[in-house]
This record gives sequence, C-alpha cells and structure tokens, in this order.
Amino acid sequence: MSRILIIAEHDGQTLDPATAKTVTGARPMGADGIDVVVFAESASAVAEQVAAIEGVDRVLTIEDEGFTHPTAARLAPEIVALAGDYSHVLAPSTTFGKDLLPRAAALLGVNQVSDIMEVIDARTFKRPIYAGNAIVTVKVPEQSKVVATIRTASFAAAGDGGSATVESRAAQSEDPGHTRFVKVEGSDGEGPDLASAPRVVSGGRALGSSENFAIIFSLARSMGAAVGASRAAVDAGYVPNELQVGQTGKIIAPDLYFAIGISGAIQHLTGIKDAGTIVAINKDGEAPIFEIADIGLVGDLFEIVPELEQAIG
Amino acid sequence: MKILVAIKRVVDYNVRVRVKSDGSGVETDGVKMSINPFDEIALEEALRIREKGQADEVIAVSIGGDEVQQQLRTALAMGADRAIQVSAASVVQPLTAARVFRALVDKEEPGIFFLGKQAIDDDCNQTGQMLAALWDRPQATFASRVEIEGSKATIAREVDAGLETLEIDLPAVMTSDLRLNEPRFVKLPDIMKAKRKPLEVIAIDDLGIEDAVDLETVAWEPPPKRGGGIKVDSVPELVTELKNRGLL
Repeated sequence: MSRILIIAEHDGQTLDPATAKTVTGARPMGADGIDVVVFAESASAVAEQVAAIEGVDRVLTIEDEGFTHPTAARLAPEIVALAGDYSHVLAPSTTFGKDLLPRAAALLGVNQVSDIMEVIDARTFKRPIYAGNAIVTVKVPEQSKVVATIRTASFAAAGDGGSATVESRAAQSEDPGHTRFVKVEGSDGEGPDLASAPRVVSGGRALGSSENFAIIFSLARSMGAAVGASRAAVDAGYVPNELQVGQTGKIIAPDLYFAIGISGAIQHLTGIKDAGTIVAINKDGEAPIFEIADIGLVGDLFEIVPELEQAIG
Repeated sequence: MKILVAIKRVVDYNVRVRVKSDGSGVETDGVKMSINPFDEIALEEALRIREKGQADEVIAVSIGGDEVQQQLRTALAMGADRAIQVSAASVVQPLTAARVFRALVDKEEPGIFFLGKQAIDDDCNQTGQMLAALWDRPQATFASRVEIEGSKATIAREVDAGLETLEIDLPAVMTSDLRLNEPRFVKLPDIMKAKRKPLEVIAIDDLGIEDAVDLETVAWEPPPKRGGGIKVDSVPELVTELKNRGLL
C-alpha cells in the first residue's frame, strides 16, 4: 500500500500554486492515494482550495496558533508524526519546501530527493545537478521512505474539479521556542518577484552603467515583468545582487525571458534554460546567447529597447 | 564562541561541466576544483563575526579524501584558525554529512555551525537543515544578513516572498545565500601562514556514526538542448513574433 503526503504551501488564506504543481508531480508515482496536509492557524479557507485540486483524495488540516508563520523547526516533527502512514512525503521545491523537508527527512533517517523534474516510477526520478548542466536519474532504495521536493518549473498545476474529503487532526508537538518569526518583507516592492514572475527582462554588462539600466526597468514596467541581471552587470555594480540570474544567483523559468546586452556566459545560461521563450537582443551576432535564444535580434540595445517599449506600451 | 564552517570541494563554478560520453558521471579529470561558493560566503561571514569580537575561533571542516586539504588550506589562508578533515574514501550524501557534522558538534561545541545553502555540484540544499534536525537546534537557512547579540541571532533570510526575519537562540545552524557578503581575496603571505596552521584528520569510521541508506544514481545525461531559434531584423518583427506566440 503506497500513499503520498504533500505539505501544502500557503499564506494562511491562499494556497500557493506550487502545491497544485506538486500534486501533478505526485500523480505519476502511481500511489493508492494522495493526501495534502495544511498546517494553519485557521485552515478552512486553504483546505477548501486544496480539496478542489484534481487528484487529491484527502485533505488533513492541523490547526495551531503557532502555525501562522510556522518555522521548519516547528513543522518537521509534525510531518514525522504523520509520516508513518505514508510511503512518500513531498513538498514543492520552493524556499518553503527546501527549508522544511530536509529537516523532516533527517528525523526520518532518509536522504531526500531534491528538485524532481521527471518521475520515472514510484522510486525513480530525474533531477538536475550542476545547475542543470547534467541530469541524473536517482533511485530510492526499497527500504527507504521517499522524501522529495518537486521542481515546480517542471510541472503544470493540477486542475480544479477534485472533491477531496477534509479531516481535522490535532498537532502532535510543541513549539520548541528557540526559533521565532519576526517579519517578512516583500522584495523592495517594485514589480513582481523575480523568482516566480512569468515575464523577466534582464540586462547585462552592455548597459554600461547603473543610470543606463533605467531603460531595462522601464521596459519591464511596461509589460509587468520582473527585472533581472547577469552576473557581469551585478559585479559592475549596475544593480544589486538580488537581481542576479544564473548558477549562483536565481534559477528561473518564466514564460518569457528577455536577455538584453547579455553575451550568455554559461553561469547565466544555466539560470534560464527552463524559460519558455528566450528573446536575445545583442550587438554581437556571434554572442553565445543566440545559441539558446528562441528569437534573436542583433542591434544596438539603446535604440531597440525604447522602440520595443513604445511598440508594446 | 566557536564557529564551525563546512567546506565542500567542488568543480569551480566557472567550469562548464559535461557529462562523460559513456554516461557514467561528469567529467572531473583535470578540472579546476574550488571551495563551494556558498561555503566560501559562509566562511567569510564567520570570519567577520570573529573580527567583530563575537567569536573566538573559526574552524573549517570538510569530508573527503586528502584532496580536500587543498580547500581547507584555502580556508585557513582566508583566515580560519584551524581545520578538520573527516577522511572518507567516497563522496558522502547529505544525511551522512549531517551525521558527521553532528558528531563534530559534540566534539567542538560550537555556537554556530555555518554552511553554504547548497553545493553547486549536487545542488541538494539539505545538509544544514538535516544537521539542525539531528542537533535539535534552530536553523536559519538562505541567510542574507546575520546579526549576533549575545546568545541570540537575528537573521534575514531570502525567501520566495522577499526577506524573512527570524530571531533564533544560539547554538544554531546557519546557511548562507549569495547576498550575505563578498568573500575576501586570499593574499600570498596568508597562503604561507596557512601552511603552519593546524589541520586535524579524523577517520569517518572513528566518529561512530550510523550508516545511512544512500540514493542510488543510475544514469547521467546531458540536459535537453534548446534549439530551433530564429532571428528577426526589427522591433516590429519581434513584436509580431511574440504576439503570434501568444506572449504579448
């Protein structure tokens, strides 16, 4: 009997789309059932959204005052308390899941499979290593529980139309008290979040200065896109580190990606190879970025970008 | 207070990693090896905490064959006071690494165990969280700002929603994100000095840790190639193309 437990990600009111993507990743594992657990101070709104996801059989709600902003230290023992009934424990490979699930895996005494991008069978998965420069197929030994995070860029969200039952359970552990949530602040408030934005406009060293980078911000604003940058542009001080896209920066998979004045160093390419459509704008027609771009335009970015903004806006 | 910093030897981030033609692994022969960049950031932060007078000793620890001594010497040259190599014949997976570090915690009793948020070879992003679980202590992962005050620390963490602030009690595990700091460059005299700093070698079997069930890697393959791109000659053509694809 195999059964999958998925840890829901939410903000207390709204279910994060990463959860429905995790359900899609779970389905080909061929289990007898998929349950989703919602840890919340008040779980009913989120539980309703989870119950509607196609493929979910049962929603478990565990309510506790400490679950408003739960820490990994608080949740991991709760997951361990539930895990006995399950062959698989899954979470999305978001910062929430990445923080939480290894803590539970260690308590369960198993190695975790991080960032599943393809499911071969119930215990065999493909995952990227070296920032996606190689793909490995890993197998979880029979004696071990499968504890894994699902790479959300690789799976579409499961649809609505489900009608799972909702069961309430009691919390099994106390807050250890040593880790206290203080606050969470949005990343500077300007524009959508780079990590999850469906559209991203990135600039590179060819922008030449921090002032010139304004045309990138302006183009991004005109189409509701997040702004990114190459490592060269960050190292040159044009924009802060948090905008860096690439192997040691953010690895992203937007539907539409603009690489503007970016030559296409390998560190950068590994951060964007899962983007839906890559548009490259560069003066040098031989730049490596054109090898992976879906649409390329050779020319002077200082002429092209304002013209593009006008054409779109 | 002591700070332990995990140092992993990995293929340098500038190297274009390739899967071997027979699919048996990735090409590592003759490839430049370095300290995992996130571990280097963790070490830099530990050194800064010591330089502010909030820690007495920074100890770099690594797991692996004698080749990891190269990275430990670099860590010593950066400013670590001493180093520990836990000698192991093969690469260890995160749970084993966490159990090794847990054993070192008993031996050294650090106030902070600092790791990189992930290694850029296996990209697992697990070891710090696992160590915190086995130690039953706080974890502050993906740290972009660390402030120590007595027996507490305030940590800003890079999360998908922005920046999260946690207050934690020490001792604790911290893992570094990219924005935490910019590691210092190593100067030649420091490399000379590092040769005289202590580097202890402990056999992994002497730590008495439990064997973990490892994941089995059954295949390696190169990533699917992107291709079939087109070039357009003007902005109007680009806009038309994007509209045709339903992207605008």
